[in-house]
Amino acid sequence: MCSKYHALNQIIASILVNSIYAMINYPVVLINTLLAPLSLLIIVTFASHGTLLPIAAEGAIIMNVISSGTSLQGDLSHLKNDMKVQEMIVSSPTGAGIYVTGMAISELVYSIPTLSVLVILNIIFVKVTYLAGLYICMDVGVVFIFSTSLGFLLSTFSSDIVESWAFSGILSPLLATIPPVYYPISYIPYPYRYLAYLSPTTYAAEIAQSAAGLVYISYVNLILAWGILISVTFFVLFIAITRSRWVDV
Amino acid sequence: MHIEVKKISKIYENNKYALKGISLDIDANGVFSIIGKNGAGKTTLVRILATQLMPTSGYAKINGYDLLTESKKIRRFIAAVPQEARTIPWLTPIQTVLSYLMWRGYSYSEAKEKAKDSLRMLNLEDIENKKTRKLSGGQKRKVIVATILASDATLIFLDEPTTGLDYLSRKELWNLLYTMKKDRLIILTTHYLEEAENLGDTICILNKGRVVDMGTILELRKKIKYSYCMKVFSNDFKISNLDGYIKRVSSNEIQIFTSGKYVYDIANRLISEKIRFTFQEVSLTNIFEFLLEDDIDVQ
Ligand SMILES: Nc1ncnc2c1ncn2[C@@H]1O[C@H](COP(=O)(O)OP(=O)(O)O)[C@@H](O)[C@H]1O
Ligand SMILES: [Mg+2]
Repeated sequence: MCSKYHALNQIIASILVNSIYAMINYPVVLINTLLAPLSLLIIVTFASHGTLLPIAAEGAIIMNVISSGTSLQGDLSHLKNDMKVQEMIVSSPTGAGIYVTGMAISELVYSIPTLSVLVILNIIFVKVTYLAGLYICMDVGVVFIFSTSLGFLLSTFSSDIVESWAFSGILSPLLATIPPVYYPISYIPYPYRYLAYLSPTTYAAEIAQSAAGLVYISYVNLILAWGILISVTFFVLFIAITRSRWVDV
Repeated sequence: MHIEVKKISKIYENNKYALKGISLDIDANGVFSIIGKNGAGKTTLVRILATQLMPTSGYAKINGYDLLTESKKIRRFIAAVPQEARTIPWLTPIQTVLSYLMWRGYSYSEAKEKAKDSLRMLNLEDIENKKTRKLSGGQKRKVIVATILASDATLIFLDEPTTGLDYLSRKELWNLLYTMKKDRLIILTTHYLEEAENLGDTICILNKGRVVDMGTILELRKKIKYSYCMKVFSNDFKISNLDGYIKRVSSNEIQIFTSGKYVYDIANRLISEKIRFTFQEVSLTNIFEFLLEDDIDVQ
């Protein structure tokens, strides 16, 4: 308890429970995480006769971190509602922030196999400089914070597994499948294009696509995209921190 | 351990009044048992004290720390098993205990060692590497309790930990709680009155969100005028001039509540008439039935 690496141990506990042990005890879950981003990538690639492969490869990474958020939502709800693990955590030295940070990292660990495949595809088909690669990683990192904050927020309000399935089922299409993440926004005719701008992933995808030279957007629009993506992320993070229900009322 | 509870009330969002001004002062280690019918408010009280649920009004201090403003400090030394806690199906018992201990701040190696000890104490070492979903219901419960027992917490909340356990497993757990309670305070809710009676240093009877009575079993016994309960198995046993209270339980069993000197006379008579009987000191079950007779709502 008085160990120097208190918080680190608490974070490792979440990672062990939610990813390492799950992967060791049920290896089949690995195939499951790989399938969703990859299947859409395959469809888009074939439907576009290969022309959209680079964009879709980038999009698959964004979808993968959105999946981390929806999985986090599902996993937190499951542990909270069906096993009362969260109540045991509340009555322990682990606080909400540490618990959720650990769980969010666990989702990342969980998707390491999928991410590896996607990163290799990106290295092959989207040729970018190291600097641009780093820049895209930052972009994807912000989306990760956005989606996991949203996942945590929703999980604290879901009271049973059916509700939490519904949240996941709504979020994934709205944030990753429908918006122009796997394809360029220019494919959407007006006035529907305005609707696409309602999703923060649209901005994240635009940033990634322009960094790889796959689409062109003006400097002003790029700054605007970053501004909106970061603002929305901070807003959701802020709401998650202040409004989530750690202690029941 | 010192818990001070002042007029805690809880009204749930649906306007359900679950606790109505509970006040307690517990200043000792040992087992504090909370008994009461379903819906009496046991879980609500335990969850509030375990910092999981906000009270609607009132306040409490645990070892001098304010429940609402200093919950972080309280959480360092408490541990709780919720009534509906379940084992995580994809973990093995050893992984379950180990990760909980890491959540409490232990390093991996410390946690592993403590987890093994705790599972051994509950005779679970043979199954420590099986997935918990393959265990029996009782074994799963024991794994959860082992999790808490392995921790260094000095204030432990166990909400119906023995419900669903077979008699021998329950006894195993009682023995463990018996050794543990020396240097900790264990707040235990239970439906088994014998459990509360045997383990509970203090027993608190809750009904409809209020404390009906509280004290050691000796103190509670004094609430009933008569100190013995005799069971007489006969369909035509008659008795006159008795200072006591007779209750017919079934067609061939009556219960006689009376004081020590009558027990002796009645017993003599029953022996000479060769009628089967038993007698014992008034039990918690008797007190419970007496205090909650006709669902008295103490205003
Ligand atoms: N989350 C909740 N929302 C509304 N009412 C609740 C909730 N939890 C418990 N109650 C009600 O509060 C009362 C006390 O419940 P509880 O504390 O669970 O009792 P016990 O543990 O003694 O069976 C019951 O009438 C129950 O229906
Ligand atoms: Mg209960």
